[in-house]
Amino acid sequence: MAGTVSPHDAKTLIEQLPILQVLVPFCTAPLIVLIGNRHMAWLLAFVASVISLVISYVLLTQVYGGGFISYQLGGWAPPLGIEYRVDAANALVMLLISAIATLTLPFAYESVKDEIKAKDHTLFYACFMLCYTGLMGVVITGDAFNVFVFLEISSLSTYVLVAQGAGRDKRALTAAYDYLIMGTIGATFFVIGIGFLFMSTGTLNMADLADRIANEGTNRTIRAGFAFIIVGMGLKAAMYPLHLWLPKAYTFAPSAVTVLLSATSTKMAIYVLLRFLFSVYNPEFIFELNVMFLVFMPLALIAMFSASFVAVFQVNFKRMLAYSSIAQIGYMLLGIAMFNLSGLTGTMVHMFNHGITKAVLFMGVGALVLRTGSSFYNNLNGLGRVMPLTVAPIVIGGLSLIGVPGTAGFVSKWMLVQAAFENGWWFIAILIVLSSLLAVVYVWRAIEVLYLSEPAQGTKMAEAPMSMLIPMWILAIACIWFGVATDLPLGAASTAAEVLLSGSFGMVE
Amino acid sequence: MHHHHLILRVVTKLLAGTIILYALYVQFHGDFSPGGGFQAGVIMAVAFILYGIVFGLVAVQRVFPPWLVHKIVALGVLIYAGTGIYAMMLGYEFLDYGAFDPGHPSHGQHNGILAVELGVGVTVTGVMVAIYYAFAGRAPRISDEDW
Repeated sequence: MAGTVSPHDAKTLIEQLPILQVLVPFCTAPLIVLIGNRHMAWLLAFVASVISLVISYVLLTQVYGGGFISYQLGGWAPPLGIEYRVDAANALVMLLISAIATLTLPFAYESVKDEIKAKDHTLFYACFMLCYTGLMGVVITGDAFNVFVFLEISSLSTYVLVAQGAGRDKRALTAAYDYLIMGTIGATFFVIGIGFLFMSTGTLNMADLADRIANEGTNRTIRAGFAFIIVGMGLKAAMYPLHLWLPKAYTFAPSAVTVLLSATSTKMAIYVLLRFLFSVYNPEFIFELNVMFLVFMPLALIAMFSASFVAVFQVNFKRMLAYSSIAQIGYMLLGIAMFNLSGLTGTMVHMFNHGITKAVLFMGVGALVLRTGSSFYNNLNGLGRVMPLTVAPIVIGGLSLIGVPGTAGFVSKWMLVQAAFENGWWFIAILIVLSSLLAVVYVWRAIEVLYLSEPAQGTKMAEAPMSMLIPMWILAIACIWFGVATDLPLGAASTAAEVLLSGSFGMVE
Repeated sequence: MHHHHLILRVVTKLLAGTIILYALYVQFHGDFSPGGGFQAGVIMAVAFILYGIVFGLVAVQRVFPPWLVHKIVALGVLIYAGTGIYAMMLGYEFLDYGAFDPGHPSHGQHNGILAVELGVGVTVTGVMVAIYYAFAGRAPRISDEDW
């Protein structure tokens, strides 16, 4: 038998990119532990995230105009083997995640030194990379069960990362524990849903699932699976009544972790929701339309108002931003519920824009925490005059959060309003504008504290270190850049929305 | 402290080596009989945990210090991923074991599985021992003598 070598075309580096996207951060984590030096740990993590960012960009340019890249793990062809599948929708999310991680790491360098004990730094960066691996894996994979595996990788490391805040405030431990319980319930629901799907279709590959559900129609098992998946992912995405873990986790986690989580983790869950709603299940099914109109839409509207309203009355800057995140997730769900091209484009663009906006805001708070040791408003009085370079990006981020024209936040809200008008739902459009007014109130409150109140007597604060200022300013400029030059996110997002709406994940080769 | 439980101590010393040997058997025979990296890793860890239970945490940590446990956990993952990366360097897909013996892919599969299972075994050993250390390392609310 041996002897004759069957011809095999060697894979090029470009063809290997989808797996490298996951493999580079994944291998970095054990390498960091093995080397066990905290300075090297940071450097390795940073280099890995930069490589990953470059890969994301190359992948996005390949699928920007449509089409997809498929990668078979272990050479086993799908649907039996695990498949990684890159199209415009997940390439955009990957670009967001890797860009945020690359910017968070320089920020983390000083912040982690300040907030976490030195002996834990190595393991912190290892966990950071594992969390990043999980996020990337969930987004890139085309296999439903593989989503669950990566989801667990990212969740488990997230719980550890949140708990690291205990060095500053012991409540981080209960926050992490709450998140652990809620997150585990979410993941369990999700895997039960996958189990139902597997039971009635006999496959786990998303494209194959889509084909079989489309061809064989649905049954009660498949519909039950749908319900479980929506609730499970809704928990992870902090969909309105399932959001209770989020404010605590964001408030008590170390600043760098909050930046990463707020900008990527819930976005990843929204992406999975989109994948299952539009790619695996077919939105033509009446039960799914019912879910969108009768569940997503009212919950999204409640989130937009109630979470914003709660945010207005917070006295802790970090907690205020956390509640604002819940409201912003409401906008993304609203875009899904619109169920038209503009609405979905709005959701995709808002994922991206809100990611960079929240990242700059949480970085700003992190920088203030580094200098003042607190994120409560009464300790931040007048800091805008004392450290202008550090606080200015917060203002830009705040404007983008409100959706002031000329900032990134405006573009996505405009898409949503446009989508509402396309459906003839002028009432919804008014509600979007009204809830933005609430954002004006809570952002103004922060600006009032930072600029208009008197700094405490003899406050002499240095500006945040350069390693924090540079990523903050890059993000702040990005908030404006993507508000003026909207081609990249809007172009990619509308391609992504078309891909999702056509359900081409399974059908079009 | 160690003057009683003579039988336990002697039997443990006898068993520890045997358990490790059996773990290696389960590890490398996993492709012919039930077993594999996970089971082997657990059995391997049992040898250390048993030693720790009978002779105390200090004794077992002299044999298998906590820092080494952490490194081993990471090492196993790298063995697994490294096997896949080696296949990639040969121009195949990640974890395509066929790469290791292109003329006879099923042999390649065989070798590849052995390599990744070794990685699994190493990591599982480390994780199990680390969990035991974490629990055993907690200071008891009531010391053993006060019962």
